[in-house]
This record gives sequence, structure tokens and C-alpha cells, in this order.
Amino acid sequence: MEHSVENSTEKQKPQTKELWKVFWILLAITAVEFIIAFQISSDNDFGKWLKITLFILLTFVKSFYIVGNFMHLRHEVKSMIWTIVIPVVFVVWLLAALVYFEGGYIGSVR
Amino acid sequence: MAVAKAPLNPDHLTWQGGTQPMKVGYGKLMMWIFLLSDTFTFSALLISYGLVRFSFPTYKDVIPDMTSKTFELSQQYWPIPEKVFEAVPFLHGISLPLVFVGLMTFILIFSSVTMVLAVEAGHRRDKADVEKWMLWTILGGFTFLGSQAWEWAHFIHGSEEGSILANGVKVFGANLVQNEYGPAAFADFFFFITGFHGTHVLSGVVLNIIIFYNASNGVYEKRGHYEMVEKVGLYWHFVDLVWVFVFTFFYLV
Repeated sequence: MEHSVENSTEKQKPQTKELWKVFWILLAITAVEFIIAFQISSDNDFGKWLKITLFILLTFVKSFYIVGNFMHLRHEVKSMIWTIVIPVVFVVWLLAALVYFEGGYIGSVR
Repeated sequence: MAVAKAPLNPDHLTWQGGTQPMKVGYGKLMMWIFLLSDTFTFSALLISYGLVRFSFPTYKDVIPDMTSKTFELSQQYWPIPEKVFEAVPFLHGISLPLVFVGLMTFILIFSSVTMVLAVEAGHRRDKADVEKWMLWTILGGFTFLGSQAWEWAHFIHGSEEGSILANGVKVFGANLVQNEYGPAAFADFFFFITGFHGTHVLSGVVLNIIIFYNASNGVYEKRGHYEMVEKVGLYWHFVDLVWVFVFTFFYLV
């Protein structure tokens, strides 16, 4: 078969290896979350908080891959990255601080 | 002799004032800012869920001898999610905790991958590939929405046994006022948070269909770039991202 060249530029090959790798990573993390959900008992305080901590950490790992690779933020310029990341960090900080210092209030008004 | 100098920036990357800040097009930056504001909305929803949940007694507070193995649903305390979400279509009466919601997570992550493949195809200006991957993404979106509809229907209709209230009235399933799985607030948050996310998925599917339609009609080919696929892709990935958080805070914790 004759090798044909479309237009003046040669057709580029898909660069999808990295993307599929991220997919498998996300799937594996979700599987780990399932294992944690059914293997660690939440009947004592230690197990309960260990579970919650692990879940939140793994969720942030997953969001790092989604935002970084799928949404391509890792490959944007620095100022763009910080424009998105700093407000999110502030909001997480605000929520964590509010819940930590004021969260108990809801118990006294119910 | 004079060689036409290629413009420093492609047209769609040039703002009215000249060079674009942060090396992204206007629309893409605005999409990011919009998603940032949506992040605030969803964080507010999830944090209020957390606060209300912890303000309710746990089963340990009401019945100290109860463990997660012997757990039974009651309006007196907050349910543990794996005892509520354990049904799978076509497998009636079999307890498969979190299996169906795990499947939904898989579907959404998968459709996120097909979306990013469409974006990648757009970078190569490969029209056929964009169409193919957009179709897969739309299919994934519809599958997710269908699964959620089933999950809602099951949640609303409830189990066969139902549960008995303190005044002897039997309740089946859940609505905004009372539910058989736990305090009314549990169902309220379920409907509101998954419903708000589901609405996002629905609008995402509509946007994806528009993009597919335009791509097939060669609109982006004529325009010379596929940036619209990228912008809608950002939105679609964000919907997936929100689901990752909903999955953690509503179903796992």
C-alpha cells in the first residue's frame, strides 16, 4: 500500500500510554479503598479514624491524578497552576479550621 | 522574498488586549474559574453532610453492644452506608454492599478516560478519533445516569421488610420527611448531594452531545482547533472528580 501523507503534515500517532496508566492507577486506588472498607473494622475509635484518614488521603491522591493528568493542570504554566491550587488550599484550610474549632457548636444547638 | 511571519500566538489564544495571560485561551481560563466556584459549592454540601452526620448519635451511642456486623437500621442513629447501599440490579435479595456504587465509580472514571482520549485526538486534529471517543464518553455518561436513576428508585421504594417507627407505623423506602434507613436528614442529603452531582452529569452529557455534533459537522476542523473539546473535557473531568469525593464522603466514610 502506498504511504499517503495527508495535507502537508504527517498524521501524528496517538500519545495515549500515559493516560491509560492514570486510568489503571485510579482503578487500583479505588480497589484499595474497597479493601480498606471491608477489612478494617470501624468498631473501635482507632479503626474508625484510621479508615477515615486513609479514605481522605486516597481521595486526594486520586484527585491529584485527575486534575494533574486528565485536566492537564500539571502541564500548564506555573501561574495557572497556582491560580487554581491556592484558592482550593484556602478553602480546605477554612473548612478544616471551621470544623475543628467551631464544629462542636452544632452539638449544643440541636 | 518576504516570508510571512507566523503569528506568535494562534488566533484563539490571543485575547483582546494582546497576549494571553497564563498561556491559555480565554474560554479555558474561565472554565477553570467556574469549576473553582463549583468546588466551593460541593465542598459546602459535603462539609455540611459531615457536620450533620457527626451531630447525630452513632449506633454505638444508642446500643453500645452493637457492632458493624450486627448493625441494624434504625431512625435513632445514623446508618452505616454499606448497610444501606447493598442492592444490585437483577440480583434481588442478595446483599452486595457498595458493589453497585463501585461499578458506577468505574463507569465514570472510564468515561473520563475516553474524554481525555477525545481531547488528545483533538490536539492531533484527528476528526474521526474525536468523534469515536466523544461517543464513548456520551455512552458512559448515559450509563452512569441510568445507574443513578436505578439507585434512586431503589432507595425511594426501599426494602421488602421496611422498618417500624416508634409509633408502630411501618415505613418503606425514603422520602424527604422520613425513611427506613435512618434519620430523615440522611435521605435529604442523599437526594441533594447525589442529585446535584447527577444534574452536573446530565448537563455534561448535553454538552458532550453538542461537542460531538459540532465535531462531526466539521465545525472545529474549519475553526482550525479543537479547544472546545478541551473546555468541555475540563467540565467532564470535574464531574468525575466530584464523584470521587462524593464516593468517599457519602459511601465509604
